[in-house]
Amino acid sequence: MSKAVYTQDHEWVLIEDDVATIGVTEFAQEQLGDVVFVELPELGAELSAGDEAAVVESVKAAGEINSPLNGIVLAVNEALIQSPDLLNSAPQTDGWMFKLSLTDGLDVSKFMSSDEYQQFLVSND
Amino acid sequence: MLQKKRTLAELQNAAEFIARHVGPSTDEQQQMLSTLGCTNLQQLTAQVVPKAIAMADDLAIVDGCTEAQALAELREIAGHNRVFKSFIGQGYYGTITPNVIQRNILENPAWYTAYTPYQPEISQGRLEALINFQTMISDLTGMEISNSSMLDEGTAAAEAMALCQRMSKSKSSRFFVDSDCLPQTIDVIKTRAEPMDIEVVVADPASFSGDAFGILLQYPGASGEVRDFREIIGKVQAQKGLAVMAADILSLVLLESPGSLGADVAIGTTQRFGVPLGFGGPHAGYMAIREAYKRNLPGRLVGLSQDANGDPAYRLALQTREQHIRREKATSNICTAQVLLAVIAGMYAVYHGPEGLQRIAQRVHLLTCVLAQGLRLNKMVPTNKYWFDTLTLHTGKRTEQIVATAEEREINLRQIDAEHIGLSIDETTSSDDIVTLWDILLGEHGLNLDAVTAEVASSVPDDLIRTDGFLSHPRFNSYHSETEMLRYLRRLADKDIALDRAMIPLGSCTMKLNATAEMLPITWPEFSNMHPFAPIDQTAGYRLMIDQLESMLCAATGYDAMSLQPNAGSQGEYAGLLAIRGYHESRGDAHRTMCLIPSSAHGTNPASAQMCGMKVVLVKCDDQGNVDIADLKEKAAAHSQNLAAIMVTYPSTHGVFEEGIKEICQIVHDHGGQVYIDGANLNAMVGVCQPGKFGGDVSHLNLHKTFCIPHGGGGPGVGPIGVGEHLAPFLPKESEGGERRGAQVSAAPFGSASILPITWMYIRMMGRVGLKQATEVAILNANYIANRLQEHYQVLYTGANGRVAHECILDVRPIKDDVGISVDDIAKRLIDYGFHAPTMSFPVSGTLMIEPTESESMAELDRFCDAMIAIKNEVNQVANGEFQLDDNPLVSAPHTAAIVTADNWTRAYSRSQAAYPMDSLRDYKYWPPVGRLDNVFGDRNLICSCPSMSDYE
Repeated sequence: MSKAVYTQDHEWVLIEDDVATIGVTEFAQEQLGDVVFVELPELGAELSAGDEAAVVESVKAAGEINSPLNGIVLAVNEALIQSPDLLNSAPQTDGWMFKLSLTDGLDVSKFMSSDEYQQFLVSND
Repeated sequence: MLQKKRTLAELQNAAEFIARHVGPSTDEQQQMLSTLGCTNLQQLTAQVVPKAIAMADDLAIVDGCTEAQALAELREIAGHNRVFKSFIGQGYYGTITPNVIQRNILENPAWYTAYTPYQPEISQGRLEALINFQTMISDLTGMEISNSSMLDEGTAAAEAMALCQRMSKSKSSRFFVDSDCLPQTIDVIKTRAEPMDIEVVVADPASFSGDAFGILLQYPGASGEVRDFREIIGKVQAQKGLAVMAADILSLVLLESPGSLGADVAIGTTQRFGVPLGFGGPHAGYMAIREAYKRNLPGRLVGLSQDANGDPAYRLALQTREQHIRREKATSNICTAQVLLAVIAGMYAVYHGPEGLQRIAQRVHLLTCVLAQGLRLNKMVPTNKYWFDTLTLHTGKRTEQIVATAEEREINLRQIDAEHIGLSIDETTSSDDIVTLWDILLGEHGLNLDAVTAEVASSVPDDLIRTDGFLSHPRFNSYHSETEMLRYLRRLADKDIALDRAMIPLGSCTMKLNATAEMLPITWPEFSNMHPFAPIDQTAGYRLMIDQLESMLCAATGYDAMSLQPNAGSQGEYAGLLAIRGYHESRGDAHRTMCLIPSSAHGTNPASAQMCGMKVVLVKCDDQGNVDIADLKEKAAAHSQNLAAIMVTYPSTHGVFEEGIKEICQIVHDHGGQVYIDGANLNAMVGVCQPGKFGGDVSHLNLHKTFCIPHGGGGPGVGPIGVGEHLAPFLPKESEGGERRGAQVSAAPFGSASILPITWMYIRMMGRVGLKQATEVAILNANYIANRLQEHYQVLYTGANGRVAHECILDVRPIKDDVGISVDDIAKRLIDYGFHAPTMSFPVSGTLMIEPTESESMAELDRFCDAMIAIKNEVNQVANGEFQLDDNPLVSAPHTAAIVTADNWTRAYSRSQAAYPMDSLRDYKYWPPVGRLDNVFGDRNLICSCPSMSDYE
């Protein structure tokens, strides 16, 4: 995950060519607690940065996952439908949420590096 | 022995009830005050209530009286009601409440004083009763999932419309409503549609083009007609809309279910399953859906899960849909539903079983057919082609005379218009009644009932005769003798903690005494058997009681007018915001739609604002939990042109009388906004300060908190709204052409009318002195607890003089951080000590909020504090290493009898510490029926109807 970048909303984004894979961070899954339901975007949906893309629910909390980028939904992690607990056990690997085909390229300056994100967590504690 | 000579007045003791209602005796109050360093109640109250808002005068309410006198006065008022036999129907039918259910549920404090089952371990009895209700609804409607009740049929229809809008993929903004829907349903739908920019089209479904995101169909129609909706349902679904059927629950015993006709949603009321008419409510509405929509279902849903030992156990499921988590994004603002009435309706089905229900439904249908046949033989042919229980008759010029003749015989028919009469047969109708109806409708007829009966056939179209079975689960086939039923009800009640067992210290919920004298009148036939649409001259008693109650509540709150229509606190919020909306619109200020809400608000506030088409702007709170006035000023100024209102709870949700409340009101008024004061915490204000006088324009009151209506295990509630004079015209309309012209929010004009006598009795018996004393002792009790526990726990917020209001928040987050014991562990451990937990994680996550109310005695307060202190000592045992974090009495709580008596005991603490941590428990011990619930398992594996027996293996 060293190549991943992070948002202030506790999402990680991994860019490979023109495709971004998006999920939530370890910190986010801890805050949510045991995830019981994940709603994923529709394949082919065109998302703008900031649009609600997915919903993650635990027993006591619900969180909307906003798309961090402009793009078209290329794939969603179907495994999360049957096993939402993947989001707790492996948020940054098997618990990925969706992939976007980027429409506007990428402005990395909006995101944090792994180190910057760790500092962000500390400073917000 | 020398006795002091007492006056007759002293011996008559008109204030007797006050001392029955208020827990601590005068001596105990004095002891408690001295621990706080106060000499009298007035002194404590003055330290708590800001001078700027304190009432100078006494309440303008007469002195209290004894239970006997209040009952006699109310008897006299009830005597002005004249209860006729009703054939009016329209969603409200005569029914026979099985006596075993009336005495053991409706009149049994083990059921009616329980709270909403948020703590599942002490609520298994009513959760089972509710899952019976859900099973009954899903079976009869042919749907996959039913919730555990709605407020009434009208609001269920409105909620269904909102669900269709959320779930439909149609681009249409139109909702199509069958013109044969119940008129009150159409009214409530229109109310809800308007702020949501939904276009409501009311027309004959035959004219339906298909362009709508949803359609509502009445089955059978208000006219009685039974129509086959398969084709219309197909039409709306073909264009990606959803189909809702409002279905009569008893008719579904004989008719094909909405599910089998293809509907997406079914709604209705279960009133005629044993719940008295009560002038319109309370009754349990229902909503059932296809599984695909489960995450969009409004209201409460009971699901099966398992406990820590892997045994099946019930709990409330999918709570992330609800306002307390999702706030303005919730599926609804509903909190309180109609649990007690849903329990009654569900038990009616348990008691009668599928065969009993069939007997009732077939009898109703047969008598209707007999009536129709006799009329037909005399050339009076019903205008509906098919029916279940309702006929529409063309009575021409004789209409008025027929209605008048009926009234002379103490019978109410429904006059539809100058030439038509409608009538509905129900469970209470006898064959003699049919002959009487012939007499009234036909005059001389010469009909012989037996002869006519012999020749009738069913009037259900062949395609709509129900073919599938229902209620096959053993629960509906086991308790048909009264002995079995009696014991089943006892067994369920014994699983729960209600106020008849112990104090329920739920902050913000005001679990005070529901006195027996207050409860008695609700089952008087003068109140319980009145149809909501009975002619006005027959309901004089109700109207007198309602008038007096409105005046009493105005006097208590300082408002100028009061509407009793909202049948829950959430409905009150909604009606109050609609009144504000109506007021702004009337002044050409329709653009005022911004609603300021402090971050500490209850989730219902933003959910209600959203339903009224308002946009929520959050206002910050400071470290003390008070509204951040600088932030308020900034936001009010920023939205000055569009400011509609602020919704603020007083005393705050943090249990503090904020000093700045007058300034808060002033700031909002200066920017053209209205002030909505959430009355959730009114129990700290009655007789001490008045929201209508210190700046509020509108408040809702929770009669089920402050004014003694019992919580019923999660409803009924009553949420009247009080308003200033300028908002009075915008109160919900109660009749056509009345002075109140606001939108109708509940199906019945006076909402949950039949339980209003509870509040009337309370205010009448307490009087001005008692009401004030109740408030002062509620504050005393909370401060006494805060004071006793402050050495052991941190009290989170206090007011200017270091006092709390009527509740206090214990901050247990440091315990979690330092020791690892969570707020859940403490709450569940309290069960082993015989207590219901305080409110958890509201308004601050990870904390406990305690509200003792005035009704708890010093002995009970001490018992609770002793338990909390003992629990803290157990926490200390974990902290100092005596127990490991994964093996101690807290994390394993609660302990069932089965666990404690198991042959194998390997835990680090003793069995007696598990079950009898305090000596007083040796005398009386509550055993939780299940261990700690696994919430995650239940939400990942949703089961919402009676589990098959294999689930118990």
